[in-house]
Amino acid sequence: MCGAKEGGLSLDGVNVAKEAVIQGQVLRGEEPVPNAYVRLLDRSGEFTAEVPTSATGHFRFFAGDGEWTLRTLAPKAQPVDTRVVAATGSVAEVQVLVSA
Amino acid sequence: MSRENSLVTAQWVEDNLDTDGIVLIEVDEDTTAYDKGHIRGAIKLDWTTDLQDQVRRDFVDKEQFEALLSERGVSNDDTVVLYGGNNNWFAAYAYWYFKLYGHSDVKLLDGGRKKWELDSRELTDALPTREKTSYTATEQDHSIRAFRDETVAAIGVKNLIDVRSPDEYAGRLLAPAHLPQEQSQRAGHVPTSLNVPWSKNCNDDGTFKSDDELKALYAEVGIDDSKDTIALCRIGERSSLTWFVLKELLGHQNVKNYDGSWTEYGSLVGVPITLGDEPGEA
Repeated sequence: MCGAKEGGLSLDGVNVAKEAVIQGQVLRGEEPVPNAYVRLLDRSGEFTAEVPTSATGHFRFFAGDGEWTLRTLAPKAQPVDTRVVAATGSVAEVQVLVSA
Repeated sequence: MSRENSLVTAQWVEDNLDTDGIVLIEVDEDTTAYDKGHIRGAIKLDWTTDLQDQVRRDFVDKEQFEALLSERGVSNDDTVVLYGGNNNWFAAYAYWYFKLYGHSDVKLLDGGRKKWELDSRELTDALPTREKTSYTATEQDHSIRAFRDETVAAIGVKNLIDVRSPDEYAGRLLAPAHLPQEQSQRAGHVPTSLNVPWSKNCNDDGTFKSDDELKALYAEVGIDDSKDTIALCRIGERSSLTWFVLKELLGHQNVKNYDGSWTEYGSLVGVPITLGDEPGEA
């Protein structure tokens, strides 16, 4: 479905054609991190939104077209910045690795 | 008000988990967050069901608020400490709400749930039991709540602080980027409103910035200290946090939160709207 990886977060109930979805999973090694916070920063570095990760380390944003930065904060780890490009009608899948 | 009597640290909360007369309350945008684990002894308020009338678009009335807090075991003389996720977004809303109904001793846990979790402090699934009380609320304090007509009349007259993200303010997005894009009929902002995204009030770990940093933030956008202020966002929650900063931390006198916010204003017929990154003319 529009670039969503197998095994990614389910897109049931999401009208992908109308949204610029950014989603993914936060991992420490191979383990999902359920208590991390993912912040969405716009092209100027301005905070736009933040979500806590789910029990399986997943997160999702409905962004707009363009370049974004994901800033991930997890306990006992340095913040991790990840650049991502979103486009309406597609799903940008991102895997974030935090320090072990 | 000041930082000393409106904010407490995570360490203070941990040190006072068993102190009588202190009630911890979690209020989260994600109303299931509490159920996945919460600070020991904390009770939950669900902003979508407990704090909103379920028929009209409005808050629960005085009697409903009294019944709610009585049933949850909160007393008038309790110190209420609120916390939640997302930089205390909805906890700040609940703080404003408790003030609206006259609760005297309310505080926010600085950094909220995120700071608590990033500190690796303990969360529990255990549900507390509290004896029922007989809570008495005051009539709503409208000196801190703005309505739509007052907001329209404030264009070019009062400080209007729009705390949404720059893309929502400019009209490029209709809702925060982690929510499906829906809501108001029109995008944009109230003419002459200044954009100070609510997130600028906080550090990355969710704690509030220092008073000096906050003063500089509002001075930089040109807030006029001699004028009254109305804060607004999309549904009045993020602007509660900015209301908290201006009124409770920085001590501005006449600050109101417009809870109708953009979902109401952006659906009104005939009111002026400005598109783009500039405040626009009255």
